[in-house]
Amino acid sequence: MILIILFLLATLPLYSRGYTVVLLSSIFMYIIITVSWTMFSGPTGYISLAPAAFFGVGVYTSALLGLLLPLPAVIGMGGLASFFLALLVGALTLRLRGIYFVMFTFGLVELLLHFVLWWEVNITGTTGRVVPTMGNTAVYYIMLIIFVILMITATFIKHSKFGLALQSIGEYEEAAAHTGINVTALKTITFAISAFFIGAAGATMATRWTYIDPRIAFNPLISFMPVLMAIFGGMGQLYGPIIGATIFTYLEEFLITRFPYYYMLIFGIIMVVAILYLPNGLVGLTQKLRKGGLKQPHANT
Amino acid sequence: MGGIYALIAVGLSLQFGVARVLNIAHGEFIMLGAFITWWFYTRVGINPLVSLAICGPILFTIGFILYRTLFTRLRTSSPSPAAFEGNSMLACFGLLFIIQNVAILIWGASIRGYSYLAVPVNFGGAIFAANRLITLGFAIVIGSVFYLFLARTRLGKAIRAAAQDPATAGFMGVNINQVLALCFGFGALMAGFGGTLISMSYNIQPTMGLEYTIIALIVIVLGGLGSIPGSFIGGLVLGLVGSIVTYIEPGLSLVAYYVIFMLLLLVRPTGILGK
Repeated sequence: MILIILFLLATLPLYSRGYTVVLLSSIFMYIIITVSWTMFSGPTGYISLAPAAFFGVGVYTSALLGLLLPLPAVIGMGGLASFFLALLVGALTLRLRGIYFVMFTFGLVELLLHFVLWWEVNITGTTGRVVPTMGNTAVYYIMLIIFVILMITATFIKHSKFGLALQSIGEYEEAAAHTGINVTALKTITFAISAFFIGAAGATMATRWTYIDPRIAFNPLISFMPVLMAIFGGMGQLYGPIIGATIFTYLEEFLITRFPYYYMLIFGIIMVVAILYLPNGLVGLTQKLRKGGLKQPHANT
Repeated sequence: MGGIYALIAVGLSLQFGVARVLNIAHGEFIMLGAFITWWFYTRVGINPLVSLAICGPILFTIGFILYRTLFTRLRTSSPSPAAFEGNSMLACFGLLFIIQNVAILIWGASIRGYSYLAVPVNFGGAIFAANRLITLGFAIVIGSVFYLFLARTRLGKAIRAAAQDPATAGFMGVNINQVLALCFGFGALMAGFGGTLISMSYNIQPTMGLEYTIIALIVIVLGGLGSIPGSFIGGLVLGLVGSIVTYIEPGLSLVAYYVIFMLLLLVRPTGILGK
């Protein structure tokens, strides 16, 4: 089943229109970001708003090294730069709990954004730069490859002792530490792995945009989208975030073309409704419906 | 500026410290306050200082209703206080998008401003713009009145009790949903006051909110989460730091705020006056 889908996706550019390929690249981009986000934040319960920071670092790596190195190396470097940033940030901040961690990661995005902005205005004297481009099909294939590697990594983490340890951190961190899990190291390394994929996606996406500036690269929306997509899809299963990301990216494209002025408004409403009525996401909803069909609902005591 | 920072931080502190909602949309309430004032002044000719008395209640009502409907529902459906903090914050992101885009639809996306009392005043040998002095004065008056309200009235006592332990306060006969909703409303009220005062001296635009939210966040971390006097002092301190950095290197004031913010989170997350 998975192999058939992969085969179809791999041969898709041969027989479809250009727009489908572009749309699918965007969908893959969001899937990569969302699945990476869920890989860390799902089991541990640490809500990270840093994806935009890692994404932006990837974008800028691509812009700076694009002419110097061959493409796979550029993308790898984008991922690595984010990886090391996450390692540093994680080692410093992952002892912060709950809301403090959320605030810190969000502050990181804004800090990088304003710093790069200041740097470009005062040191280089220009805002924004041009990125060497490649074709839409190439972007599509790279996104597909990153996606496949990510899914293999995510599945491996989820079904290994490593994933189990992460889960126990999310449930009760002190207890996890007392059973001999090196809590800090584990959190930091997972955070960094998830950042690697987000950075790689950023480096790839930059080549499609041709022109970037700090406000595009460090767009805070890149931080909020995966949270929303993961919640909407459901974080319990790996396919939850994929479904969420696919639906939302398509919805985004649809709303932008049909209702350009109401797009963000509708988006906000969906976000509030999703949080109110779908705390476990679409996956949770379908599971509940399936269970509800089997046995009579009974009152909670 | 410090006075405004203090005011909006006290608002956010009420919403986060007591009502447990990390209101990322706080700045949008400020923006609403600023735009309503601007609208009244340019269309109807209502004095901004009079708007202060109009904007506050409007925003209080919006905040109160929001808490009674949206957040009370979230609070009862969330399994734990930590889950509620996370969920309510995400709901606030949704609110942010909604309020911001409604404002753009009504008022357009361009930068607005009006001139009110922009006359120089000689005050103790230094020259200030009159509107900034009024701003600072009002911020201090509003802050002090609110502090007295918290310290001296029955409702103030209920709010402080709810801040310490909502469950126990509930057992002691405090109508907890009502008090938390009032707190959220008061937070929005402060934001509305802040917005009115901001619009008197600075340019405003529908996307201005997030910047003020972040400043307010930094201030409450600086002052200690949930501590109202801490927020007030933190606001004044941050305003001062901002002025100094702006004087040395104008482009870096926001970066300086973030650096302070992140260092504080790392070194002393409980803040200056925190427990």
